[in-house]
Amino acid sequence: MSQLFSKENKEIFSSPLNLNNPVTVQVLGICSALAVTVQLEPAIVMGLSVTVITAFANVIISLLRKTVPNRIRIIVQLVVVATLVTLVSQVLKAYAYDVSVQLSVYVGLIITNCILMGRLEAFAMQNGPWASFLDGVGSGLGYAWILVAVGFVRELFGAGTLLGIQVIPDVCYEWGYANNGMMTMPAMALIIVGCIIWATRAINDKK
Amino acid sequence: MEHMLSLFVRSIFVDNMIFAFFLGMCSYLAVAKTVKTAFGLGLAVIFVLLVTVPVNYLLQTQVLGPNCLVEGVDLSFLAFILFIGVIAGIVQLVEMIVERFSPSLYASLGIFLPLIAVNCAIMGASLFMQQRIGMEPNSAQYIGGVADAIVYALGSGIGWLLAIVALAAINEKMAYTDVPRPLRGLGITFITVGLMAMAFMCFSGLTI
Repeated sequence: MSQLFSKENKEIFSSPLNLNNPVTVQVLGICSALAVTVQLEPAIVMGLSVTVITAFANVIISLLRKTVPNRIRIIVQLVVVATLVTLVSQVLKAYAYDVSVQLSVYVGLIITNCILMGRLEAFAMQNGPWASFLDGVGSGLGYAWILVAVGFVRELFGAGTLLGIQVIPDVCYEWGYANNGMMTMPAMALIIVGCIIWATRAINDKK
Repeated sequence: MEHMLSLFVRSIFVDNMIFAFFLGMCSYLAVAKTVKTAFGLGLAVIFVLLVTVPVNYLLQTQVLGPNCLVEGVDLSFLAFILFIGVIAGIVQLVEMIVERFSPSLYASLGIFLPLIAVNCAIMGASLFMQQRIGMEPNSAQYIGGVADAIVYALGSGIGWLLAIVALAAINEKMAYTDVPRPLRGLGITFITVGLMAMAFMCFSGLTI
């Protein structure tokens, strides 16, 4: 058991959360990070879906890594990922229909999310299943927290709510506070992600 | 005809792949360094879109849709796997054809050609096309035939090309500006794209 949580494995798990973050440092998986963050709820669901898919795709590819011929590995990876995405999409449609409607095509686009292909190629092809699982969960969560941060800012300032619950009191609106409609537009997602990247890089540079 | 023109203009400006849906951002950010390579990649994306979207349209309407193969069976949950298979296969085919008949174009596109298979813009166009088949026929976004699918693919491709060439041109100029150090590279590119997206917002509501 202690071997399962050795220092190395902890390192594998925690480095994508900050220092080696898939979104802000490796610039992977930007497409969906921007599109689903108008509200907090779809952002959380999307982050969790990607975490689950990355983790299990990593495990499956890691188990297959010695049997798959090198030339067709991309196709095998795509099929594994596409199958997992289909499963997640069906589960979302069955148990969280409203969110799956909000996410629309972006659930399907997890297939072409570069985080997945990047982790499969760079990590799962060389490492064992348990380390790959940790790496997948770490990368997925590193992606998820960026999504949640962007979703938090956009929903709070764009609609004055969090998870659909009114947060900014009515008194403020009476005093002349107004929601910033710009926050719900696609353009602001890019600018907020730009600012998050700026902040994390500035902090990491100082360390 | 009128509908196709409207679909075409809308898919370039209003439903722009990059500025409205953020599709294909990864290669967009990585490649938009010089105008020349950006233009080459843009052309390759248009080409692949023009082939994959109509093929996937036929797959969706003839094989996957409700009551197509077997009466009472809806296979559209298989769309993800089939679409990505078609895209990967066609990209491979295009690569072989280009290499055989135009080695100079093949050399100039280099690694971008195989990478197009995992470009979200390609998959995204097919998924949006699937969504748009079910729309109201009088909506400007409706896709009701192979011709509509081709027009949509061409429009989205041109929109993507416009966006990537514009960003590459801005990036070339940006090399001479003094940007704060942590903001350099990715950060400032994001903010630039955000401002470009704001400019493109003024096209929304455009009708013909």
